[in-house]
Formats: sequence, structure tokens, C-alpha cells
Amino acid sequence: MNTWLQLIFYFGTLLLLTKPIGAYMAKVYQGERLFLDPVLGPVERFLYRLSGIDPRSEMTWKTYAIAMLLFNILGLIVVYLLQRLQGILPLNPQGLGAVLPDSAWNTAVSFASNTNWQGYGGETTMSYLTQMLGMTVQNFVSAATGMAVVVALIRGIVRHTTKEIGNFWVDMTRSVLYILIPLSLVLALALVSQGVVQTFSEYKTATSLQSGETQLIAVGPAASQVAIKQLGTNGGGFFNVNSAHPLENATPFSNFLEMLSILIIPAALCYTYGRMVGDTRQGWALLAVMTIVIVALLGVAVWSEQSGNPMFAKLGVDQTQSATNPGGNMEGKEVRFGIVNSTLWATATTAASNGSVNSMHDSYMPLGGLVPMWLMQLGEIVYGGVGSGLYGMLAFVIIAVFVSGLMVGRTPEYLGKKIEAYEMKMASIIILIPVFLVLSGTAIALMSEAGRATIYNPSAHGLSEVLYAFSSAGNNNGSAFAGLGANTPFYNIALGIAMFIARYWLAIPVLAIAGSLANKKKVPASAGTLPTHTPLFIVWVIGVIIIVGALSFLPALALGPIVEHLMIFG
Amino acid sequence: MKSQLRPAITLLALLTVITGVIYPLTVTGLAQILFPHQANGSLIVIDGKAYGSELIGQQFDDPKYFWGRPSAAGYNAAASSGSNYGPMNPSLKEVVQARMDTLHAADPDNTLPIPVDLVTASASGLDPHISMASALYQVRRVATARGWGEAEVTSLVEQHTEGRQFGIFGEPRVNVLLLNLALDGIQ
Repeated sequence: MNTWLQLIFYFGTLLLLTKPIGAYMAKVYQGERLFLDPVLGPVERFLYRLSGIDPRSEMTWKTYAIAMLLFNILGLIVVYLLQRLQGILPLNPQGLGAVLPDSAWNTAVSFASNTNWQGYGGETTMSYLTQMLGMTVQNFVSAATGMAVVVALIRGIVRHTTKEIGNFWVDMTRSVLYILIPLSLVLALALVSQGVVQTFSEYKTATSLQSGETQLIAVGPAASQVAIKQLGTNGGGFFNVNSAHPLENATPFSNFLEMLSILIIPAALCYTYGRMVGDTRQGWALLAVMTIVIVALLGVAVWSEQSGNPMFAKLGVDQTQSATNPGGNMEGKEVRFGIVNSTLWATATTAASNGSVNSMHDSYMPLGGLVPMWLMQLGEIVYGGVGSGLYGMLAFVIIAVFVSGLMVGRTPEYLGKKIEAYEMKMASIIILIPVFLVLSGTAIALMSEAGRATIYNPSAHGLSEVLYAFSSAGNNNGSAFAGLGANTPFYNIALGIAMFIARYWLAIPVLAIAGSLANKKKVPASAGTLPTHTPLFIVWVIGVIIIVGALSFLPALALGPIVEHLMIFG
Repeated sequence: MKSQLRPAITLLALLTVITGVIYPLTVTGLAQILFPHQANGSLIVIDGKAYGSELIGQQFDDPKYFWGRPSAAGYNAAASSGSNYGPMNPSLKEVVQARMDTLHAADPDNTLPIPVDLVTASASGLDPHISMASALYQVRRVATARGWGEAEVTSLVEQHTEGRQFGIFGEPRVNVLLLNLALDGIQ
């Protein structure tokens, strides 16, 4: 009963916040007046003046892409250098040394690309300076990069017969200043009130009650990083176990806020989209597609985990849910979250490209683990990453529109733009690159000694660990079946390459579509135009997503979680 | 491309100052003023002595104390970790069986079923809580070890049971360290 109440409350709050936040973001990107203008307007203009940016000049899609890439590669280099040099830099009270080159490369790509895969353990590896100037900064700007790219795509759809799709610097800066910072500030303080730590002091000491020995408690400026890692669909934790750590996620309420923050911007961007294309029904339709898919898969995950592990039952362990016992498969889960908040988080974090965790996915039951894995493999478009989720979803919409156009023998169009071979090619690239990265990466790892050497769990579950790792890196998620020893040169380099390609080789074709659509003439809707806000279209898009996702990944999933499920229950 | 180089470098530097320095310092400043206890790790300090953090579990295996969740991190609060055992891993079966044996050995006549959270490792290795069922399971053992009545121990458990937050969020639970401090009369 309470399970359903918590789930309904979560989605209810999420959908209620979609419109106000989405409308606000539309204003931000359309340059309208905002209540924060008096405070942030001067800061914004100061940034442009010092950087030599004319906010009124706009870019072609190619310039936009170059600016985006340049900015991201610079950020990547800074994060790399910070890690290599942290031993001789300040704000390092624990005296942590330089990070090894392969690990530093992996982490630099990981944070620049909004993946936040973590091969390292935060409290034992990264100095406060690296966490602040490296991780926290990239959390903001990588999220803002995704948001800028989707806004450029939306402009491409809205505008006609022009080559200009906006100014990357302006879109990125405004995302940071007007959206990410204010939300993060409020969230960070709310989290501290619940017990998430925020201090620059060295680690705390206490005397353990039973043993009388000294207990060393890792602390740090966590809340400020946790807020943006949730809101920016980054996911990189301050501590090794991410938001399972009580000082990173202290109470059920802090957990609720952190979970809400995973999906709030991706959900609200759907409304922003509807507002900017001048027909909010278009945004609600996409939101409906996303919500239907996530709710269905969430149901599978909750049922799987709450049913528990038959092996425990055989031993005589009581895993029946009752008023005094949360029950279910509690291995790798925290009591304050129980089954429902653990599985809801696992589902939300992989539906978005967040990748933070509050439970250990590696210890999930086979089908409970299949859900997050498949959500990533679908391309993280069910809400998805900030910006990247919506542009991935629009790629699927283009394919859906195109296929339906072929069926009735008409030139397909979407919101008054003809969808032609060029857009179709780019959309196919966007969908196929992650599939290629995930499957070929998994295959290479499983065929190589270095890839197999650090698999932790035996049998089919070991294959799932590798498949999960490449699904995560190849879709910029960042969560893991963490038993896999991924802090090795092989995985650091291979997963680093996958993350890099998955981010930028998708963003470039997205911008190419934006440029191409902006250049087209607008065709008026006619009786033969396929309406793209109806229940029929919603079902059609879901069908396309599921068919592409199933055809691509069912064989691989059959060798991992599906066969494991059959071994346990068969 | 060259014309974009200056904005790229300058903007990265400026946004680093804003998001990497001003933002965390602002949060730290406000947090230290508004919520100093929570911001510094929610330490339990009684008469100048720190007994730990309200939010971080500790190792308990003495029969006179309530035991917390099994920990893959050995309750090392500077290196959090889960077990990452898959559901079919033979090692998982072994450790769960071993934990059950230890519980039975410490309280041989206890016929209550063992709740799942008492024999499975937490996600963080630092879980401060156990379920009510797991606390009630241990009442007999603790009472016997201390020579107290069971009713007395049960009432302490009930006092230290937290309901769902705001009546809706999370699960009902018992904070093991706070309960054990109360058993020792340290409040």
C-alpha cells in the first residue's frame, strides 16, 4: 500500500513541477525577462564582455558544433591535469597523491561527457580541490552543454530558411546561470538540512562505542556536488558508494529530493519544447511516451526485488514484506530506502543519463537488474539526460514519422518540416552509434584476457557486469554493476573511448539536423499530415523505441540476465 | 575556429570560478550558519566526547548490543563499499548462512525467523539502521546478556523506532548506534 503511495507521490510531484519549470526554461532560452534578471543580468553581461562574446550574433550549426567541442575538450584537459597534479596543489587535507594516467583520462572524459562513470572511490582518491574545480564545474557545464544542444535543435525545428541556430556561448551560460545554479543552491541547502555534509574540514574522528577504537569519518563539501550531480543528470558521487552513503543521502526525504532532481529537468524540457514550438501538446505527447515506458519497466523492477531471492527463502531467511520488515532482496540496499525507493532510484537513474545509485545494482535479482540495463540501452530517452534525452527522443520521433510516411506513401513531415534522406541518415547515426559501442565493446572485453580478468561474479552474472559497463559508458550513464573491477588500464581506456564517442558523435549529428531543418521552408499542414500529438502517435513512437531496443539487445540480454533468471526460477 | 578559442578559454575560467569556487563556498557558508550540526557529519557529542555519527553505523558483535547490518566495508567510514555479490553467487549463500549461524549461536533458543536485512550486506557498508523486525529479533539476546527484562529492552527499541518520514517517505527503522548508546545509559 505504502509502496504505491510513494510511487504515485513521486510521479505526481514530478508531473506537477513539469509545467512551471518548463515554462521558466522556455523564457530563459527565448531571452525573455526573468525575475532573476536584476541579480544575474549584470553577471551574464560581465561574462560576455570579458570573453569577447556578442550575445546577439548567432551561429551556423557548424560553428555551434565547433564551439561546443572546443569548450568540452578544454574542460577535459583541465580535469585531467587537476587529477595528475593534485598532490602538489592546495585543498588536499588528506594528502591524496596524483591519480594514475589511465584513470585520470577515464575520469576526465567521464565528467566532460556528462557520464560520470567512476572507476575510482571518491573519498580515497580525489582531493577537495579536484572535486570542486574538476568534478563540480564539469557537472554544471556538461549538463549545460546538453541543454544548449537540444535548444539548438528546437530552434532548427521552429525556424525556417535560415542558417542560424543560436549562440552556443549564450545558451550554455544561461543554462548555468539561470537554471542550474539557482536550483542547485536550493537543493544543496535542503540536503544539508537532512544531514548531507558540507564542510572543508579534514575527516572527523570519534570513539567507537563497542571497541573503543578511533573511528575516522570521511566528510567534505558533498552537498554542493550532490545537488548538481542529481540535477544535471551527471551522477558522479562524492563518496565511493554514491547516494547510498548516509552522508551523501541521509534520510528518506533527502532521497526523495535527490530522486526528483534526477528527472525534473529532463521532464520539464518536454514542456519547454512544446512552448518553443508553439504547441504544448507536442511536448506533452513526448512526456507521455516517456512516462508510459518508465512506469511499465518500474513495475517489473519493484516486483522482481520485492519478491526477493529464492536462495534466501531456502535458507529460512524472512523476506516477506510486513509492517516491521521491508522484506525483499535487501542485499546491497539500505534500510531507510527499502525496496521501493531503491528500485525507483535504479529505474530513474538509468531512464535519465544520471547514473548515481542508492543501492548496488550488481546485487539485484536478474530481472531487477535487466530493467536499468535495458533503459540505458534504449538510449536514455525516457526522460533521458538533461538535453540529451530530448534530442535522443526527437531522433526516434524522426524515425517514427519517416516510417509512417513510407507506409502511406507520402513525404513525411514533422511540425511543418519535410523529413528527408539527410535527417533520416543523421537520426539513424544517433541511434546506431550507441548500439555499436555497447555490443562491440562488450564483445571485445569478453574476448580479451584483460577484459575477463576483473569480472567479479561467476557465470551469467559476470557477462551482465561487462554488458552493463558498456551499456553505461556507451550511453553516457555512469552507473555500474560495481563488482566489475573497472579501474584497470583496459577498462579505463576502453570505456573512456566509448563515453567520448557516445557523447560527441551524437551531439554533432543532432546539430546537423538542426542546421538542415532550420534551412528548410515551412510546409503548411494539410489533411494528409500525420498529427504528432495524438494517442495513436504516442503508441506508435513507443512501438518504434521498443522494437529498435529489443532487436538490438535481446540476444545479448538473453546471455546475461535472462539466462540467469531462468537458472534461478527455471 | 580561432575566433571561438578566446570565448572557450575565458568562459571556462570564469565559470570555473563561479561554479567551482563561489557556488560551493556559498553553500558551505550558508550550511555552516543554518545547519552546523548536519553539515559537519551529525556527530553525537556527549560531554565533549564524540561517539560517532547519527548517520553512520558501527561494528557491533557483542551479545549485549544490538547488531547492525552486515558490512562489506567493515564499517570503515572512510572507505564505503557494498558487497556487489550477484543473487546466484555461491559466496553470497555462504556468508548469509554463516551470519545466520552466528545469530543462532548467540541466541540458540530463539525461534523467530531471521529478517532479511539482518543477514544481507547494506549498499554503503555504513547503514545506521535495521528494520524493526531485526531489532525485535535481537531483544531476547540483549536482555539475557544484560540480565534485564525483555519488556525493558523492547520499550527502548520502541522509543528508538523511527516511522516513515512525514508519514510517507522511506521505511520504518531503528538506529542501532543510538539504541546501543541508550542501552549503555549514554544520552
